[in-house]
Amino acid sequence: MSHNIAIEIQTLSKSYGDMKALDQVSLQIPKGSFFALLGPNGAGKSTLIGVLSGLINADAGSVKILGHDVVTDYAAARRLIGLVPQELIDEPFFSILDLLRIQAGYFGLGKAQWPWIDTLLQKLGLWDKKDAGMPALSGGMKRRVLIALALVHKPSVLVLDEPTAGVDIELRLGLWAFIRELHAEGMTIILTTHYLEEAEQLCEQVAILREGKILALSSTQALLASHPWEYVEVTLAVAAATLPDMLQQALHRRQGNKLVLRLPRGQQRAEIASAIQEAGLLLTEMRQVEASLEDVFRVLTRSGSEL
Amino acid sequence: MRRYLGFMTLCHKEIKRFMSVSIQTVFAPLVSTLLYLLIFGQVMQTGDSGFDGLAYHQFLLPGLMMMAMLQNAFSNSSSSLIQSKMYGNLDLLLLSPLSPAAIFSAFVVGAVVRGIMVGFAIGIVGSLWVAMPVMHVVWLMVFTLLTTMVMGALGFLAGLWAAKYDQLAAFQNFVILPLTFLSGVFYSVSVLPPVWQQATWFNPFFYMVDGFRFGILGVSDVSPWLSFAITLGFMLLLSIVTITLLTRGWKIRR
Repeated sequence: MSHNIAIEIQTLSKSYGDMKALDQVSLQIPKGSFFALLGPNGAGKSTLIGVLSGLINADAGSVKILGHDVVTDYAAARRLIGLVPQELIDEPFFSILDLLRIQAGYFGLGKAQWPWIDTLLQKLGLWDKKDAGMPALSGGMKRRVLIALALVHKPSVLVLDEPTAGVDIELRLGLWAFIRELHAEGMTIILTTHYLEEAEQLCEQVAILREGKILALSSTQALLASHPWEYVEVTLAVAAATLPDMLQQALHRRQGNKLVLRLPRGQQRAEIASAIQEAGLLLTEMRQVEASLEDVFRVLTRSGSEL
Repeated sequence: MRRYLGFMTLCHKEIKRFMSVSIQTVFAPLVSTLLYLLIFGQVMQTGDSGFDGLAYHQFLLPGLMMMAMLQNAFSNSSSSLIQSKMYGNLDLLLLSPLSPAAIFSAFVVGAVVRGIMVGFAIGIVGSLWVAMPVMHVVWLMVFTLLTTMVMGALGFLAGLWAAKYDQLAAFQNFVILPLTFLSGVFYSVSVLPPVWQQATWFNPFFYMVDGFRFGILGVSDVSPWLSFAITLGFMLLLSIVTITLLTRGWKIRR
């Protein structure tokens, strides 16, 4: 195995009854990368993450975290990975500070780790709540506690399963700033999110899953470039009640006098301009809009075509 | 050293958990058991203990101590595990590098500490009006430790199996409670009809109570060595089964 691989997944399968949650998934995630794992609900993302972190037993295949098998060498593998689960948890008996210290203790880390725990509490805006119990916290704060718990042993790989679900924008930005900081220090980050703009902005590599299989695995840029459509934003002088057939067929989005057209790559923009002119409309601006990860995601998860 | 610290942390957590609600986990069983002693001891003061020269309330006190230890050790590990499942925080433990044997052992330690605290509190308060001679201190310690370990292990297994509080309550009410009440806490098996005597031989709790009573009073229905062998065998069996299931992730790793 290469020393540059953080996660190595080989022919991983997991079924629940007749439903194949993971079907022969093989994947390598480079060390130090910011990796997005995307897919519609039920695609197998959380199952894959569960197997990585040891919460789910796979039926077949193997997973290694920095060379350590998650089954045969689980103790070493779990010391290297931190998971922020999607589901919130509760703990009525202990304060947040106690909970973090206990979690560090499970990893064999004693008082020497306490300054790092204090840092986490401060970085995640939990310092004022350190003596409170989980039941007293809001959903967003509980989510931050989960992040602190995942980082308490300073893992080399951090897996975030929908970390910003239910978190307000200000908090989300602060959270990403912190995660970027960890990434800059060399931590490998694996992210699943329904906010595809986040994945596009943060992640260098993307895997898209559907029905337990990998549909696409590529760098974010290459994935965007491989999208079969290009988008053109057309601004008309006034909003038109009816559009020429060519524009109507290519219409992707419309907002007042602004139209976003989805065109096959290579279609001449001159054809658009002349169609507008022939319809007696006045064109004030035409510019290319880059395909977003959401556009790519929609096409892939609808058609099921492989890239 | 790291693994040792992890295990110690979980032991500490398990003890701190029940101590944070000590009115419910220590004082309430203390009071209810002392009420048993007061009522049964007074009402049946002149009753037959089944052993020559032994007053009924003297016979009763070690039984009640053991009953409290059995039930509280079981409650500690089972309720801690089911609560962790229900609150979702069991995942925090499952994400850690702690081995199945370490997790199991730490839950058992928590159960042992609570069982002993409750049992000995009852013994200390009870001995204020009932003589507690402690005839064989080593047997007393052996059966105290072994019984609370067995019940901690059984509680862990029940907590592992139960998917909701209702199932655990059913196990507690339909398995633990009858086995406890039919274990010779309140009577000597020698006073039972032959059929019930024979049925008692199949109740593992009987040997725990009988061995413990031998440690305090020096009298027992069967040899303490037999009780020791059966209780130890039960503990080993429970440990092997539970650690195997835990290693496989039965009911906890999806």
